[in-house]
Amino acid sequence: MNQSEWPLWEVFIRSKQGLDHKHVGSLHAADATMAIQNARDVYTRRLEGISIWVVESQHVHASNPDDAEAFYDPANDKVYRHPTFYQVPDSIKHM
Amino acid sequence: MQVAPSETAALNSYSPELRQQLFLCVLQLADTSLILGHRLSEWCGHGPVLEQDLAMANIALDLLGETRSLYQYAAELEGQGRTEDDLAFLRLAVEYKNPLLVEQPNGDFADTVTRQFLFDNFHYHFLRALKNSPDERLAAIAEKAVKEAAYHLKWSSEWLIRLGDGTEESRKRLDKALDTLWRYSGELTKPTATEQALQAAGIIPDYATLLPTMEAHLNHVFQEATVPVPQGVFMMTGGKEGRHTEHLGYILAELQYMQRTYPGMKW
Amino acid sequence: METVEINLEEQFQARIDADIRIEPKDWMPDAYRKTLIRQISQHAHSELVGMLPEGNWITRAPSLKRKSILLSKVQDEAGHGLYLYSAAETLGASRDQMLADLHSGKAKYSSIFNYPTLSWADMGTVGWLVDGAAILNQVPLCRTSYGPYARAMVRVCKEESFHQRQGFEIMQTLCEGAPEQKAMAQEALNRWWWPTLMMFGPKDADSPNTEQSMKWRIKRFTNDELRQKFVDMMVPQAEFLGLTVPDPALKWNETKQGYDFGEVNWEEFWNVVKGNGMCNKDRLGARVKAHEEGAWVREAALAHAKKRAAKAETQAA
Repeated sequence: MNQSEWPLWEVFIRSKQGLDHKHVGSLHAADATMAIQNARDVYTRRLEGISIWVVESQHVHASNPDDAEAFYDPANDKVYRHPTFYQVPDSIKHM
Repeated sequence: MQVAPSETAALNSYSPELRQQLFLCVLQLADTSLILGHRLSEWCGHGPVLEQDLAMANIALDLLGETRSLYQYAAELEGQGRTEDDLAFLRLAVEYKNPLLVEQPNGDFADTVTRQFLFDNFHYHFLRALKNSPDERLAAIAEKAVKEAAYHLKWSSEWLIRLGDGTEESRKRLDKALDTLWRYSGELTKPTATEQALQAAGIIPDYATLLPTMEAHLNHVFQEATVPVPQGVFMMTGGKEGRHTEHLGYILAELQYMQRTYPGMKW
Repeated sequence: METVEINLEEQFQARIDADIRIEPKDWMPDAYRKTLIRQISQHAHSELVGMLPEGNWITRAPSLKRKSILLSKVQDEAGHGLYLYSAAETLGASRDQMLADLHSGKAKYSSIFNYPTLSWADMGTVGWLVDGAAILNQVPLCRTSYGPYARAMVRVCKEESFHQRQGFEIMQTLCEGAPEQKAMAQEALNRWWWPTLMMFGPKDADSPNTEQSMKWRIKRFTNDELRQKFVDMMVPQAEFLGLTVPDPALKWNETKQGYDFGEVNWEEFWNVVKGNGMCNKDRLGARVKAHEEGAWVREAALAHAKKRAAKAETQAA
């Protein structure tokens, strides 16, 4: 195997003004400038974006699926955090 | 074809001589984009890395888009009922007026990048000035194409720098590419009689006014690439007047194959 | 330890049965990972090699409009290859390794691309028939169990939908054109019909992995089901074009509400798979050449990036 493989980058694209950047995929590039241009050439051929972020994949830290229960289940019974938990009399408007 | 009133007005305001010169000049610009786009499209499926395959196809597609707008305008200027495809596919080699640079073979990636950079550096600065042409059609075509050319120039500038200041091998290959291709760069800014007539009429920019910014950008890129700017090289010309290198004939053999084999059909 | 493993495997299958997507960091059986890498990379290789038979005609396209369409279509295939390699990379495979497997012949790609494109009508036929067959395969994969694969396929299918239409449009133009053009279209259909039917793979009885793949939902219909669907879909389209499908056994079957059709030449199928198709050597040779001749370019870009990073560091210091 030769050592010429370019690093992997994750690509995030803002599809239109006012929306957030969304992960769309990845690609290889030698440096950040090239990664942004490659992202433009690969992921915005059909007007999919107006702004691009790239992050070298090795710099993305992800939560561990094994922690999923401990991380996310405790939010399950906190229904009082949602507005629908509260009963408002029908006669009260604008709440 | 229905022509919008303002366009008719613009076309009618030219003297027959100027209109003929303009036709030839638009044709030359169209031929240039066509032949370079054709060359770049030869890379499709054979690029050094998948991401760059897509990048080169994008540039080729931009050039083909520009080509079509230009041939359509040329066909209207000529007013003989020829279509964009008649102009693109059914002329003789001597009738193509592209500069020699763009018909040179792809060679290796360094040759392609060098050819692209030398062309983009002219193309971008030319279009930027052409946007202000009093000819509305040319100005509109330039307005659209200049955005594309800005990206092309970015792409080829960065690659030239990477190859020049990359590895020993990439530098050797870039030097070789410059040795082959630099001599075709002068033709881009050397006006023919046709171009001079249009420059005098103020329809296309005077190339002398483009040179300072072109040179500044080139010097900057070459400096970053740690490559000396070639000096005192004899400049080859002729393409813009129909005197081509042998390469064009082979391009046309492929390009025209279908139209020549099956004349007058719709595709 | 043993029981834990079994438990994980059961949980894994339960998630798949409940149509819950598997994501890269989730536990998965080794065999699932391996099968997926093989399947996704094979699909990616097919996109990459698939650029060649059509790329072959870009410089000869008969009009400027067709040239632009064809170039953007072949470019899309490069994009699709890239999306798929990326999906496989989330499973721990490297693109370099996958390419090395392609180049050594260890990894396969779709055999259809080992057939030559000989006339302009082949651009129509490849878009209409071959992409039509590919879409039948691909649309169900948008709901496949592995998340990154499913997402890549959604993107591929969205872009692919113009491919088949442009192919059909080429065919329609030829069929409504001069007699030479119509003949060109028929001749292309004659050559491509049977190889396209082979694209769905061997008969179900000869496809031992199908059962497991269906269970994992990385395959959602059997080869024979898809082949039947394809024939039922394509015959009316060929009739619309006024073209004859080159199969004397082709006949509408009222009871099954589908077409009966002749037997694929499986000897030819296996021959091409084994490397004895018209273009196997050329296709692979072109890919190897592009990769090897690109090595110095990739190295130069890396070397330059390193120099630049070092320079930025000294400037910051």
